[in-house]
Amino acid sequence: MTHMICGQQHIHAASTGHVERAIDANMVRTDGADEGCVTFVLHEEDHTLGNSLRYMIMKSLSRVVCFYSQDVEFCGYSITHPSESKINFRIQTRDGVAASEPLRSGLNNLTEVCKHVLHTFEARMQAFRDKEEPMS
Amino acid sequence: MEVFYPLSAQEKNDTTTKMAAPMSNVDEIRNRVILGEFGVKNVHTTDYPGNYPGYDDTWDLEKFKKTFRIDIVHSDEDTLEFDMIGIDASIANAFRRILLAEVPTMAIEKVFIYNNTSIIQDEILAHRLGLVPIKADPRLFEYRNPEDQEGTEIDTIQLQLKVKCTRNPRAPKDSSDPKELYLNHMVYSGDIKWLPIGNQADVFADAKIGPVHGDILLAQLRPGQELDVVMHCVKGIGKDHAKFSPVATASYRLLPEITLLQTIEGEQAERLKRCFSPGVIEIQNVNGRKVAKVVNSRLDTCSREVLRHDDLKNLVKLGRVRDHFIFSVESTGILPPDVLVTEAINVLISKCQKFLTELDMAEMD
Repeated sequence: MTHMICGQQHIHAASTGHVERAIDANMVRTDGADEGCVTFVLHEEDHTLGNSLRYMIMKSLSRVVCFYSQDVEFCGYSITHPSESKINFRIQTRDGVAASEPLRSGLNNLTEVCKHVLHTFEARMQAFRDKEEPMS
Repeated sequence: MEVFYPLSAQEKNDTTTKMAAPMSNVDEIRNRVILGEFGVKNVHTTDYPGNYPGYDDTWDLEKFKKTFRIDIVHSDEDTLEFDMIGIDASIANAFRRILLAEVPTMAIEKVFIYNNTSIIQDEILAHRLGLVPIKADPRLFEYRNPEDQEGTEIDTIQLQLKVKCTRNPRAPKDSSDPKELYLNHMVYSGDIKWLPIGNQADVFADAKIGPVHGDILLAQLRPGQELDVVMHCVKGIGKDHAKFSPVATASYRLLPEITLLQTIEGEQAERLKRCFSPGVIEIQNVNGRKVAKVVNSRLDTCSREVLRHDDLKNLVKLGRVRDHFIFSVESTGILPPDVLVTEAINVLISKCQKFLTELDMAEMD
């Protein structure tokens, strides 16, 4: 049957270390484990968002002065099983940066890219239609 | 796959250690996918910050805006062909995947069969009805509540199909053509009628809600057989069932690039021209000799036929431009293809926004 696809999404984030903790809206997120190495479980997602988000995070800006190191040491995603629609999105950061930061900036950058693509596409479609008008 | 490791601090300062490849080779690795005789090389994006010393590959929105371009090549009511230049494959692929599976449409979901005496089985008929594209703007409807069995006017379209086949009393005596002998013996999608619920008759007074095409053959009947069916359409996405997919197909290909490494003349030039799709290579008359020249590599289908000829394969370099995508979107008729592309981009934006709000909610605790 048709399911509701939008809505019902939430993120579980699990830190590495010996204790794997699911984080949802009600739990407090404090433990000794490194906040820079986190696996986010994104439900109802697949390669569509996973790959594009991974690309944006890997290209992310470095706040460190030296050009060689970036905030993000590792970023990758995997689909745990094709029958389950969720992805494990892994971010490991350098220098104690919280992992949610590159995730947030990656999402913002992806939104900006999409908005620019949208504006450009609509402008070009309009220009194309205006060019066609006098001919019809 | 080639993997690039960042240079250590010592290597950076050591001026005698140069990049093994000349600069142009590096540009080729960064910007081109190479089609070789036995395999395809340089497939993956490698221009992440730190991979190439001397290049600043960090994400810069202004740099992206300067190099990004969209060119509309062809547009009519069903198909749209456009180029997207300067974007990465992961995002172009995301748009393609969303066009196929996540742009919502309306399609027949529930079929109430009151009478079916045709030889088409109930479930086969219901399956065929589900695949008929329904011309209703899905942006004006809501998703149905999972618990709701009846459906309301805001999330359901009701359609009816009622056909009875009878013998034609005015058929010639010894005819054997079904078209003459029977009336209503072919059930087409054009026989599907819209039954407005609630205020739909006012809201959609001028929008003709019904199947996009009226000539889809659904069933065949013989005299005495009857079909009496009521259908409910709901909003859904292609991920759930392919009947909800709004595109006949949406695909992209990378722009091919053909480089001739030497001048190719005479009979070789003729053979070279035949190796590629028509219109790609042209024979020009230079100083009395026939010389081959690449005029329009966009038309090439990249069959790599030239690599099968031993004397030609080393004279040509085949590749694809990594960030130039030639999109082709063909709509089923529910929404025009440019509207579909716009909707697909909006779906990706809303996915990002959803996770941003989730992150904010998680941070607040």
